[in-house]
Amino acid sequence: MDNSEHMQLIYVILAAAVATFLTRIGGYVMITQMKRIPPRMEAALNAVPAAVLSTLVAPAFLSGGWDVAVAMLVALVIGLRFSSLWMLLAGWLVVMAIRHVVI
Amino acid sequence: MVSAAPFGALFGALAVDNGFSVFDAVFMSATVYAGASQMVGLELFGHNVQPWLIILSIFAVNFRHILYSASIARHIRHFSGVQKFFVFFLLVDPQYAETEKRAERGEPVTFAWYLGFGLVIYLPWQLMTLLGAIFGQMIGDPKAIGLDVLLPIYFMGLVLGFRKRDNWLPVVAVSSLASIAAMHFVGSPWHVSIGAIAGIVLAAYLPLSKRHEEPVTLEHEV
Repeated sequence: MDNSEHMQLIYVILAAAVATFLTRIGGYVMITQMKRIPPRMEAALNAVPAAVLSTLVAPAFLSGGWDVAVAMLVALVIGLRFSSLWMLLAGWLVVMAIRHVVI
Repeated sequence: MVSAAPFGALFGALAVDNGFSVFDAVFMSATVYAGASQMVGLELFGHNVQPWLIILSIFAVNFRHILYSASIARHIRHFSGVQKFFVFFLLVDPQYAETEKRAERGEPVTFAWYLGFGLVIYLPWQLMTLLGAIFGQMIGDPKAIGLDVLLPIYFMGLVLGFRKRDNWLPVVAVSSLASIAAMHFVGSPWHVSIGAIAGIVLAAYLPLSKRHEEPVTLEHEV
């Protein structure tokens, strides 16, 4: 990362901190002013996390190599029942086993 | 609180692996202070995604905090302006949960209690980020110790965490397929914005559910 990229990173982090703070104060401000978000906008905002995060998962499944794909599938099954810490542990064990034992 | 500690270290190690310095990693933990969104931020930054989308994504991942701050408003009305600033800055999932539990038990939510509990989560989060980042610097090849698989799995866990939301499956399916297609035809980093917008537009146009009080969900992370 060169110098200008690094400055950009610092600015993005600061903007992200402000955005996060706005979410933390926003409910308080809204409840004291009693304004409502339009329902369709609320539905769209509700979908943002799953929509953005899916774009970080799906391409990695295809482009990460078969060992990563197998680890992600195992983690998905684990994740239907257990917390994300167990998903990480299971996926990590699978990928380490494939890389250091199988191959 | 205990379950958040490994994620602080994980964030530190992955941040360094994604080109952050140790300072950048701790700086982000100290100012943003919201684990899942920090992971999203560093992944997007690693992909050279446009800054506005990085900030919007972090905002969206943290959107649940709006519900928390609306809900604790009744307990902190008597705090001063400066005290409220600290209250909102420290308002992470376990902090919210403990505040509500304390109020429910009929015990007073004092500023001293709130700040004390908050620092017990905040300071270890910084320390774990620092340790993880220092550890991350010592790793030569992240693949050899399986570090590369952790971020996609972590995000998959977050996606699963939202599965009770309206239209979750269609949104995830459409965003996944659109991002894969965009990766193929347009290229990175546009697959993130194109895939995300596809799912968001779908959600806005799908029929609205009847119930409109969003249940406040508790996730066990910072």
